[in-house]
Amino acid sequence: MDNNTNNLPEQPEIEKKQKTPLLVKKLMLLVFAMFGFGFALVPLYNVFCDITGLNGKTNSTAAVYAADGIDSSRNIRVQFISHITNGMPWEFSPITKEVTVHPGELKVVKFYAKNNAGQDLVGQAVPSISPGIAHSYFQKIECFCFNQQPLKAHEAVEMAVQFYIDPELPEDITTVTLSYTLFNVTESVKQSEIAKN
Amino acid sequence: MTTDVLTDHHDEHEDHNDHHEKMTGLKRWLYTTNHKDIGTLYLWFSFIMLLTGGALAMVIRMELFQPGLQIVEPDFFNQLTTVHGLIMVFGAIMPAFVGLANWMLPMMIGAPDMALPRLNNWSFWILPFAFGILISSFFMESGAPNFGWTFYAPLSTTYSNGSTAFFVFAVHIMGISSIMGAINIVVTIMNLRAPGMSYMKMPLFVWTFFITAYLLIAVMPVLAGVVTMVLTDTYFGTSFFNAAGGGDPVMFQHIFWFFGHPEVYIMILPAFGVVSTTIPTFARKRLFGYSSMVYATASIAILSFVVWAHHMFTTGMPLAGELFFMYCTMLIAVPTGVKVFNWMATMWRGSITFETPMLFSIAFVILFTIGGFSGLMLAMTPVDFQYHDTYFVVAHFHYVLVTGSLFSIYAGCYYWLPKWTGHMYNDALSKWHFWCSLISVNVLFFPMHFLGLAGMPRRIPDYALQFADFNKVVSIGGFAFGLSQLIFLVLVIKCIRGGEKAPAKPWEGAEGLEWTVASPAPYHTFTTPPKID
Repeated sequence: MDNNTNNLPEQPEIEKKQKTPLLVKKLMLLVFAMFGFGFALVPLYNVFCDITGLNGKTNSTAAVYAADGIDSSRNIRVQFISHITNGMPWEFSPITKEVTVHPGELKVVKFYAKNNAGQDLVGQAVPSISPGIAHSYFQKIECFCFNQQPLKAHEAVEMAVQFYIDPELPEDITTVTLSYTLFNVTESVKQSEIAKN
Repeated sequence: MTTDVLTDHHDEHEDHNDHHEKMTGLKRWLYTTNHKDIGTLYLWFSFIMLLTGGALAMVIRMELFQPGLQIVEPDFFNQLTTVHGLIMVFGAIMPAFVGLANWMLPMMIGAPDMALPRLNNWSFWILPFAFGILISSFFMESGAPNFGWTFYAPLSTTYSNGSTAFFVFAVHIMGISSIMGAINIVVTIMNLRAPGMSYMKMPLFVWTFFITAYLLIAVMPVLAGVVTMVLTDTYFGTSFFNAAGGGDPVMFQHIFWFFGHPEVYIMILPAFGVVSTTIPTFARKRLFGYSSMVYATASIAILSFVVWAHHMFTTGMPLAGELFFMYCTMLIAVPTGVKVFNWMATMWRGSITFETPMLFSIAFVILFTIGGFSGLMLAMTPVDFQYHDTYFVVAHFHYVLVTGSLFSIYAGCYYWLPKWTGHMYNDALSKWHFWCSLISVNVLFFPMHFLGLAGMPRRIPDYALQFADFNKVVSIGGFAFGLSQLIFLVLVIKCIRGGEKAPAKPWEGAEGLEWTVASPAPYHTFTTPPKID
């Protein structure tokens, strides 16, 4: 039964036999290219979000305060909210719920975190800003979210965020909300430490 | 050309038959590289999967028969909806179309077999293992996957149960099977057409599979990529979709739907090909606007790559993005409209007879159009915010997938069953199957529109009291539709066992090379290519 297609008398069949492997190779190449494209979407997505500010991701490393002058003609309300992901036994909340700042003005606010568990845990706060378009104008000089936050059992801590809002912030934005989501990264920290040793 | 061809390879087929008689029983099916055998395997497999996925749906409808929790726990309910979706998409609809392609493509283009027969065998025989792995997870401690067939992260990563690896490998195998099948279809169509059959002379059925195969090659690898990311996120500590590690769960949806939207056209374009074959036959007219059909199919396929985010309007996209995806989505209605109007124009002033394939085809045109219209409603960003994740969405995609794809598969099966088995099927039984299915499917899915508009969310085992009456009606429709499909099983078995002898061309208005060979189609056809004028 192997020779289903082999014993054909027609001339063009020989020609086709040579064409087939080439076509299969081309199509396989397309398959691998598209598999790679699926993974390439990951950095592409991040670059795209970074350029357009679609995702409300703020800067993850410290910005340098450029004192271009304070625009005291505008008042921006900055609100702070916090979430804890499922099952993390911490308290985590902003001490100041809301401040009003002028664009260009440097401001410090504090967050409170307490580990209610009987064991040491490591948290990682991930910031997000709304409206997303404001992400490139909200500059953090100092933030606890730049690092992980290890807390011993029942330890409590106050954590600071120092920020300013770029005076270039579009006119129609009057309120900016900074949200922190706290994740429990204890397991992955342990794993990477084991991997290092 | 017709008679020459018939006698020509009739002799040859007898030679071959001696050769093949040696393989019997299970071995014949396990080792076969014959496109007709593999087509049969695909079709039976997909029907078994249809009944399996249908059985899960029956349990879902039993649970939803009245409010409150009666039969299953919420977690098991989620497992049911997840596996129901996966089985129906990857196990029932897609393999059924590949089965039709295997059986009919070589015969329609005058080729002796598929271009890569051994690959063909492989691409079928890995499928039962994929679904074996998937279904076996029901019997594991942690249960089957419970995150919906769309396996959104972090449901499928951080919060998934222990069977995620089985799910991922099952999807990998299904993907490999589809890719191999698609490569085979492309190579067959490009290299094995009979002399004289130019691209624009191919039957539209062949065209739709050609385009579908390209879609499969383009997007199944992306699916393989995204399930791999889910796998590494769940088990190997990567953070593609984990915000704590710098990833983004919304990105999952972008990558998934980049596969997912072309996927819905993978499941509907072959359906267009089937009804574009049956409607001209029973209207006894040529297909109206052949070339516009080809271009419409191609433009639907191309547009399908730039509309994926219409599944994600509520994720907080900027206005410009929402408008772009809304308008692109609505643009798809244009080529789809071209197709629907062409089918209507084909029937216009034709001498129509209502054999069962035609009944299913006409039902397809009407009911698929209803599904298309509800799709247009969902495409509108402002109203999508209300319809999102409600039963309106469930109604929409069941109209396009059940009364669309599945009905077209039935149309195709009834159209070619005499060619496959050599017997005419029981006409009365087929009419029973059609009318029972038609009525029950609408009792099943139409009230879902109202449920959705009234705000009933999808994927819930329990619901508010005001939805009780409609859900009862839907469930009764569901049970009736499920039972109606058993009529088809009986009909096919009876047809294989015997019945009135089918002539080579049982349908008066049928055209195409497949009708030039005897019924049942000889084991080998067109070992000498036919001449196309």
